[in-house]
Amino acid sequence: MVPVSYYFALSAVLFALGALGVLIRRNAIIIFMSVELMLNAANLLFVAFARMYEALQGQIYVFFVISVAAAEVAVGLAIIVAIFRTKKSIDIDEMSSLKG
Amino acid sequence: MNIDLLLFSVLAVVAVIAALGMLLSRNAVYSALFLILNFATVAVFFLLLGAPFIAMAQVTVYAGAIMVLFLFVIMLLGAEQIESRHRGGWQRPVAVFLTLVLLIESGYLIFVRSDLVGAVAPVASNYASPQAIGKLLFTDYLLPFEITSVLLLVAMVGVIVLTKEEKLRRKNTDAMENGKEEAPSPQGEGGK
Repeated sequence: MVPVSYYFALSAVLFALGALGVLIRRNAIIIFMSVELMLNAANLLFVAFARMYEALQGQIYVFFVISVAAAEVAVGLAIIVAIFRTKKSIDIDEMSSLKG
Repeated sequence: MNIDLLLFSVLAVVAVIAALGMLLSRNAVYSALFLILNFATVAVFFLLLGAPFIAMAQVTVYAGAIMVLFLFVIMLLGAEQIESRHRGGWQRPVAVFLTLVLLIESGYLIFVRSDLVGAVAPVASNYASPQAIGKLLFTDYLLPFEITSVLLLVAMVGVIVLTKEEKLRRKNTDAMENGKEEAPSPQGEGGK
């Protein structure tokens, strides 16, 4: 069993990569995938802490995070599809107007 | 101990490379496949941390359902290559700098400021068994569990409404355009 802090470091790296993806990519779907990566890094941290304190609550929270992420992805992708229908693009630089 | 460290290192390298691949590949389909690889390695990490139920949920829900949904939408929209040509100028170095700051800060918090570092004791074999998780989920966390089911229902209804409204609106604008016999305008303009 490796020290739990290694898992913390890995989680931090994955979270930072997800944040970088949100900041530098222009494709809305890839930005969305980067958000999923960040959620996943947080899940890894939850499970590592649950292992450290030998408490199951962390894993229960991960279960809830996964189900909320599923709902979020469904709604978010529907929004992306709706935007693509009206703007013919999912480039976030094009989405600079509030109306239409 | 050593074999554990080896396993962790190899999987960590795979996970980070998969995340980088997701970030840097030009084709969105490749990004999605890299992300699936990343989710699979994280599922193995969950197994190593003694969370078999969460690992299986990760594989079925994340790598299975969610990523298939992503791939479906990417291919539905034909959005593999969509990316603007101008590269955001000053935003990219600022983003990299801010990410490095985030990384250094979290590394500082993890390794310098805290006394969390250290090996963990082995736990009982029935730790985090599906029975234990299910028991906790249906006793202490019953209300959140039910709220989650309502949330999933609301998300489903929301998705249907989001797409159906679009269809109705397009039908209305089509009817209007046909009635007026005007020059055809791009379909999306009707939404304004």
